[in-house]
Amino acid sequence: MDYIDILISILGSTIRLSIPLIFTALAGLFSERSGIFDIGLEGKMLASAFAAACVAYLTGNAWAGLLAGIATSVALSLVHGFASITNRGNQIVSGVAINFGAAGLTIVLGQAWFGQGGRTPQLTADGRFGEIRFPFAAELRDSGYLGKFYADVISGHNILTYMAFAAVPISWWILYRTRFGLRLRAVGENPGAVDTAGISVSWLRYRAVICAGILCGFSGTYLAIAQSAAFIKDMSAGKGYIALAALIFAKWKPVPVMFACLLFGFLDAFANFMQGKSVPGIGEVPVQIFQALPYVLTCILLAGFIGVAHPPKAGGVPYTKER
Amino acid sequence: MTDQPAIELVGIDKKFGAVHANKNINLTVAKGSIHGIIGENGAGKSTLMSILYGFYQADSGEIRINGKPVNIKDSQTAINAGIGMVHQHFMLVENFTVLENIMLGAEGGALLAKGVASARAELKRLETDYGLDVDPDAVIEELAVGLQQRVEILKAMYRGAEILILDEPTGVLTPSEADHLFKILGVLRDQGKTVILITHKLREIMAITDTVSVMRRGEMVATRKTKETSVEELAELMVGRRVLLRVEKGEASPGDVVLSVRNLTVKDNRGVTMVDNVSFDVRAGEIVGIAGVAGNGQSELLEALSGIRQPSSGEILIDGQPIGRASPARLRELGLAHIPEDRHHMGLVLKFEEYENAVLGYHRDPKYGRGFMLDLDAMQADATEKIEKYDIRPPNPRLKTANFSGGNQQKIVVAREIERDPRILLIGQPTRGVDIGAIEFIHRRIIDMRDQGKALLLVSVELDEIRALSDRILVMFAGHIVGEKTAEAGEQTLGLMMAGIAA
Amino acid sequence: MSTASVSLPNWITYGLMPLLNLTLAFVISGLVVWLIGENPFEAVKLLLIGALGRGEGIGFTLFYATNFIFTGLSVAVAIHAGLFNIGSEGQAYLGGLGAALVALALDNYLPWYATMPFAILGAAAAGAAWAFIPAWLQAKRGSHIVITTIMFNFIGAALMVYLLVNVLIVPGKMAPETRTFLEGGQLPKLDWLMELFGLKLGAAPFNFSFIIALVMCVVVWFLIWRTKFGYEMRTLGISPSAASYAGIPYARTVIITMLISGGLAGMMALNPVMGASARLQVEFVGGAGFVGIAVSLMGRNHPLGIVLAALLFGILYQGGGELSFDMPNITRDMIVVIQGLVILFAGALEFMFRPALVRIYQNFVKA
Repeated sequence: MDYIDILISILGSTIRLSIPLIFTALAGLFSERSGIFDIGLEGKMLASAFAAACVAYLTGNAWAGLLAGIATSVALSLVHGFASITNRGNQIVSGVAINFGAAGLTIVLGQAWFGQGGRTPQLTADGRFGEIRFPFAAELRDSGYLGKFYADVISGHNILTYMAFAAVPISWWILYRTRFGLRLRAVGENPGAVDTAGISVSWLRYRAVICAGILCGFSGTYLAIAQSAAFIKDMSAGKGYIALAALIFAKWKPVPVMFACLLFGFLDAFANFMQGKSVPGIGEVPVQIFQALPYVLTCILLAGFIGVAHPPKAGGVPYTKER
Repeated sequence: MTDQPAIELVGIDKKFGAVHANKNINLTVAKGSIHGIIGENGAGKSTLMSILYGFYQADSGEIRINGKPVNIKDSQTAINAGIGMVHQHFMLVENFTVLENIMLGAEGGALLAKGVASARAELKRLETDYGLDVDPDAVIEELAVGLQQRVEILKAMYRGAEILILDEPTGVLTPSEADHLFKILGVLRDQGKTVILITHKLREIMAITDTVSVMRRGEMVATRKTKETSVEELAELMVGRRVLLRVEKGEASPGDVVLSVRNLTVKDNRGVTMVDNVSFDVRAGEIVGIAGVAGNGQSELLEALSGIRQPSSGEILIDGQPIGRASPARLRELGLAHIPEDRHHMGLVLKFEEYENAVLGYHRDPKYGRGFMLDLDAMQADATEKIEKYDIRPPNPRLKTANFSGGNQQKIVVAREIERDPRILLIGQPTRGVDIGAIEFIHRRIIDMRDQGKALLLVSVELDEIRALSDRILVMFAGHIVGEKTAEAGEQTLGLMMAGIAA
Repeated sequence: MSTASVSLPNWITYGLMPLLNLTLAFVISGLVVWLIGENPFEAVKLLLIGALGRGEGIGFTLFYATNFIFTGLSVAVAIHAGLFNIGSEGQAYLGGLGAALVALALDNYLPWYATMPFAILGAAAAGAAWAFIPAWLQAKRGSHIVITTIMFNFIGAALMVYLLVNVLIVPGKMAPETRTFLEGGQLPKLDWLMELFGLKLGAAPFNFSFIIALVMCVVVWFLIWRTKFGYEMRTLGISPSAASYAGIPYARTVIITMLISGGLAGMMALNPVMGASARLQVEFVGGAGFVGIAVSLMGRNHPLGIVLAALLFGILYQGGGELSFDMPNITRDMIVVIQGLVILFAGALEFMFRPALVRIYQNFVKA
């Protein structure tokens, strides 16, 4: 393999690894821009992966799986909303609780229902989102690098992959071009301004966390029935936190979120590629460096060494107008 | 219909836990008038208006708009009923543009694009009709406070408000900005709008209102035609008995310079210069008063002098020695005490028990425990002593500080700072939200300190207080000290100086 | 009228309300058990028997509780200064490195009681070191400590795996772990303590760390309520502006508090590493850092409450493990579910019942 082939193969897996991050980070974007911190992204992703796998197995229909994934994730979002909006509880604590609940419940129910140690049964092709081959992909693969790029990086992904990339401009459009987006951004900065404008702060924030739930539903579904063919316990494996890091790294803005996720996805893909390989002059590069790099980069950003990240001003603070 | 009053409030009652904020309030506001509501801080004015705007719900009572009873259950209902409100703390999204802020809640459709053009046109119209000009594309956080307030008024007018409530609108304004505001309010009235102005400043009431209602301790005590009343009468109604803001005091006998300020410049958290190249001295045995409208740099000056905020340039000297970047703790060791402007946020930790607050800032003193330990018995004994001496009620050092009244809370702070026997005492708004009895007590202590030969610097937005206590008065305006006068200088002279008009 | 400002008597706030929250968490856990076709009451019985029925069960329960006391104290100390340290997990992980290095260096030469003080220091220092960077970033650069401590959990995990796989591993072995410590690097079992109560410890790893944990409870109580630094921490935690007025240095207080918090988390490693497995293994913390959040919340950030909450979670861990043998349908992960529910109801929804209780209480007082 020459370098270009390697690069194309890494880029292909970069995209596959970035998709759950993009959905999840956009989910965090909706929630956090409305002033609700969400560290329960991980749990929502995991729970929706489980639900999608179960329903896809039972119905043999991937779309039914997607719906189940979304419904489950939205339900958890509503729990988070009930705790942090209605009851003005601590949003971090609520997120931690959701992560625990999802981690435990998926295994307990999975074992009780399927008895495969927390796995769900292997899906057939019907229950999964399969690859979409673009026209002439096979023909163009051998017609030079551009053709190869077309065939292996642009073509050959499942429908959710393309939806993830569509979700980025759609999210941008919702946030910056619609009434809902204007209000959502306002409520994360100064809920008092929204309240005195005669808009319900609670309902607005509920809608924001529901958006977050929907997007997390997509990411969990992707993990279980697009990237894999079953739910495996703890399959989110910290991706919710990497997505959170990407969201911060992108300074809570939709288009940079995509690039941050692609960067972190690339690091992951690169680490996989480097595993067991030796770099001339350095030797084997420990894979843990790549695993830690997204977090290290985010901390450096947070420290203000790469520009300043301003989190939404009212983030994490329950809104209360009574004195 | 024209003879119907714009607003009628009947028997409005509201409690916050144990606090009875509004007691059976009745109020009638005539259409096309400017109606002032005056009262001391904590008299219940803001609560009443928040009820009218649907921000709080009254426990009982009725609101009638143009003669029709309206159940204002939220701000949306109030807006629909033609009520607009300019809050004391602006309700603006700081990183939004003026246009976005104005459209928020009145976007004119699910997509923004549709509403933007009509919003711009409407803003243009409001600008020509009322002289409310602001750049619609400016970002709020980059606008001066006066302009931010104008955006708030525009927000209300854009929503078609017929009744505009302004809560303490001049607290943050420079005098010229305040004048401009009053002009705008006059125009609004002339166009048939109704304006309700909440304030605790008598001067404003006399200058602009047609009718004035006075609130005291949650009750509506009187309503007068402005033309038929006087400052004296209103003042008496506000506080409940004739106030004699003359404090008995002898001649000052100033000694050596203790505290000097040389070319001091201080910036606030946003990096705006709030104190600009200021120099003055305070001598032993005198009270120097700093007069000025709130927000002209007094707070930042006090914070710099007490070590809370580092000045960006200039020098502070104690006994002729520059203090450098001394911390508040170091300054306390040098004999500087500080009664802060805001006891809730600075002077006290409200969740602490009283005795814990009685040592705040001095907790490292060996008196309260050896080494790294705290001696709770010593702390409580010390607190009990101060409670007796300052008649703090209830006399219980184990009571949570939040459960004391405003006057008693302030006494806790005053006792703590004065009983340290400091050589320099910085005093900020010593009687804000404090009852008359405590005011007299605190003023007396301040005079005693002077007579003991201490150097005192007094900051207050209450001109009467400054005049009653100070031996010399420095007037601060827009970060500068614009002149020095004695207490003999008339209220008018000082007022003009505070407005930055004369020196 | 609003209920937020009404004050309730302490027995309701600190007794009834947490009890209601906990009850609800367990009722829902029971529903989950029922949902998967088992009898919840039977499950509770088995769980309690497993945790408290025999000396060995009690030993395991106390062993788990020891972990949670340390991490609970770690979270609580930070909360008193207004800091939310959710990095106890990573700090404990690094603490294992500190303890293990001391044990590996000294176990050949010293008896356990001479090694122990150095191991305590080593574990605390390593945990504190891992808390230092987030603390410094918060104090000096204003970076949100919740986020940086999350990040440091992952960075710490990567670092520890690297060290165990590449550096500390015994040459020629497959398992990523250090060599087994000699007796001089182990903390003794507390079988004598159990025998005082006529119980047999059996194979349970209940060890001397428990005593260290209890001592730390006293130390933390003293620190928070009887020292000048504790006073400064509490002032900062309740009112940062009052702290700045009082001349309490923000950066120093934040950093020292986090060093203490990280140190307590690090000391947790003594229990599994030197008290149980006698070697450093990957992922030995196993979520105890996060349980510390729940323990601290339930214990109202008070050492006494933390001990009680830690015991409760110890019972859940041990009893839950036993339960999964008796009812194979219920896996050990049921504990994680219960944990999530307890954190949700005792933490995030802690005041859910308050408005209702206020109304009932007021009617009761009026009547």
